[in-house]
Amino acid sequence: MQVTVTVNGEETSGDIEPRLLLVHYLRNHLGLRGTHWGCDTSNCGACTVWLDGLPVKSCTTLAVQADGRRVRTVEDLETGGVLDPVQEGFVQEHGLQCGFCTPGMLMMARALLDRDPDPDTTTIREAISGNLCRCTGYENIVRAVRWAAEHTTAEVTA
Amino acid sequence: MQVPAPFAYERATSVEHALSLLEQGGSEARLLAGGHSLLPMMKLRLARPETLIDINGLTDLDYVTLDGTELAIGAMTRHATVLDSAVLGEHYRIFADAERVIADPLVRNRGTIGGSICQADPAEDLSAVLSALRATAVIRSSTATRTVALRDFHRGPYETAVGTAEILTEIRVPVRPGVGSAYEKVERRAGDWAVAAAGAFVQLRDGVIGDVGIGLAAVGAAHFTCPEAEAALLGQAPSAEAVGAAAAICARSCHPQTDQRGPEDYKRHLARVLVERALNRSIARAGGTER
Repeated sequence: MQVTVTVNGEETSGDIEPRLLLVHYLRNHLGLRGTHWGCDTSNCGACTVWLDGLPVKSCTTLAVQADGRRVRTVEDLETGGVLDPVQEGFVQEHGLQCGFCTPGMLMMARALLDRDPDPDTTTIREAISGNLCRCTGYENIVRAVRWAAEHTTAEVTA
Repeated sequence: MQVPAPFAYERATSVEHALSLLEQGGSEARLLAGGHSLLPMMKLRLARPETLIDINGLTDLDYVTLDGTELAIGAMTRHATVLDSAVLGEHYRIFADAERVIADPLVRNRGTIGGSICQADPAEDLSAVLSALRATAVIRSSTATRTVALRDFHRGPYETAVGTAEILTEIRVPVRPGVGSAYEKVERRAGDWAVAAAGAFVQLRDGVIGDVGIGLAAVGAAHFTCPEAEAALLGQAPSAEAVGAAAAICARSCHPQTDQRGPEDYKRHLARVLVERALNRSIARAGGTER
C-alpha cells in the first residue's frame, strides 16, 4: 500500500504492508533510529513519537494510519546544532544512564512543556507515567524536565 | 519481533461506509479505533482479522455534548478528551476519576471510549463507570439504529451486543440533578488493569438516597454492577452503616478469580473497601462536602 507521511517536516513515501508498524517504518524504511523499539506491547513508551502533534506509541500505531499525517521524532528536537532545552536538561541533570527510554522521555517532555511550560513534579511524573525507565528511578528525569522548564533555548546556546 | 498477521486494510470515510465495509468483510472483519487493545492482541495472534476497517477518520463520532436531559458521548471520543471534558466533569466526576487511572497519557491520546467498551475486557474501567450510571449504547447497522442498556451490552468476556455488521456510535448518560459520583481503583502499577475497581453515583433527595448506581470492574460482577446492593441503599439515610452493608453485599455477590493480579479473597476484600470509598465520596460530592 502506498503511503505518504510527513516526518519532521519532510514528505516521505513508501510502498508498505498494512501490518507494518509506525516504529518500523521510521527505523527501517527511513533510517530514523532515534526512535527506540522497546517492549512492543505498548507499555514502555520508548517508541513515543508525535502524530499530528500528539505523543503516541509508534509500536501500537500502523504506519498506514500515519498516511497523510505529520509525524515528529526525536531527531527533530535539535535545530541547527542547538539542543532543545529538554535534551540539554537531560545532559545537565544526568537524566539517563543506558539511554534506552530517553527518546520517548524527550518527546513526552517536549509535549508536556508545550502544553504546560511550568509543570510541578507531580505533573511531570503523571506525564511520563507511560514511559518506563529501569535505570534512574525517575528522579533525575524529573529534574531534567524541570531544568528544561527553567531554561530557554537561548540559555542552552550560551 | 511482534508483528500482526497479514490483513487487508480499509479506511472508512463515514459510518455508512464503515457499515458497508463490515458487510463485505463478514465475520472476519474488525473495526480499528484507537487500536491499543486490538493491535496488541493481533501481535499475539489472539485476534487475527482478515480485514481491518480503520474508523479513525470518523471525526464526527468524536464529541461530548449535553443533549436535552442526556449527555451524549461519541464512540470515537478519545480517553484524553473524556478526561478533560468540562461538561462531563460538571455532571459526573466519576469520568475524570476513572480516566486518570486508565492506561497512561500516551494510550489515552489514542484509545477511545467506544473501543474500550467494545473490547469488553472484564477489568475494563469505563464498562463499570457506564454500568453504574445506567448509560445506554446507540448501535447502528445499515438499516436500523437501536439502543441497548449498558447493563445488557456485555454478553461475556470480550463479547458484546454489537453484531458483526453493526457499529457502536454513541453512549448516552442521563443527567441527574444534585448527583455525586466517584471511581476508586487499585492497580499494581501506574496504567495497569485494575486488581479491582468500583464506581458509584448517589443522588440525595430530602436527606435520603433517592437514586444510586454501583459499578464493579475486574471482580466478576454480573454486568459490571450489583443491583442487590443498589436496592438496599434506596430510601436509606446516607449513613456509614448503610454504605457498609451495601459494600458487603457487593463483596459477597461478585465472583473474582485468582490470577497474577491477586487471590480471590483479596479481590473480594478490595470490592468491599472500594465500593465503600466510592459511595462515601459520591455522598460527599452530592452534599457538596467533598474532601
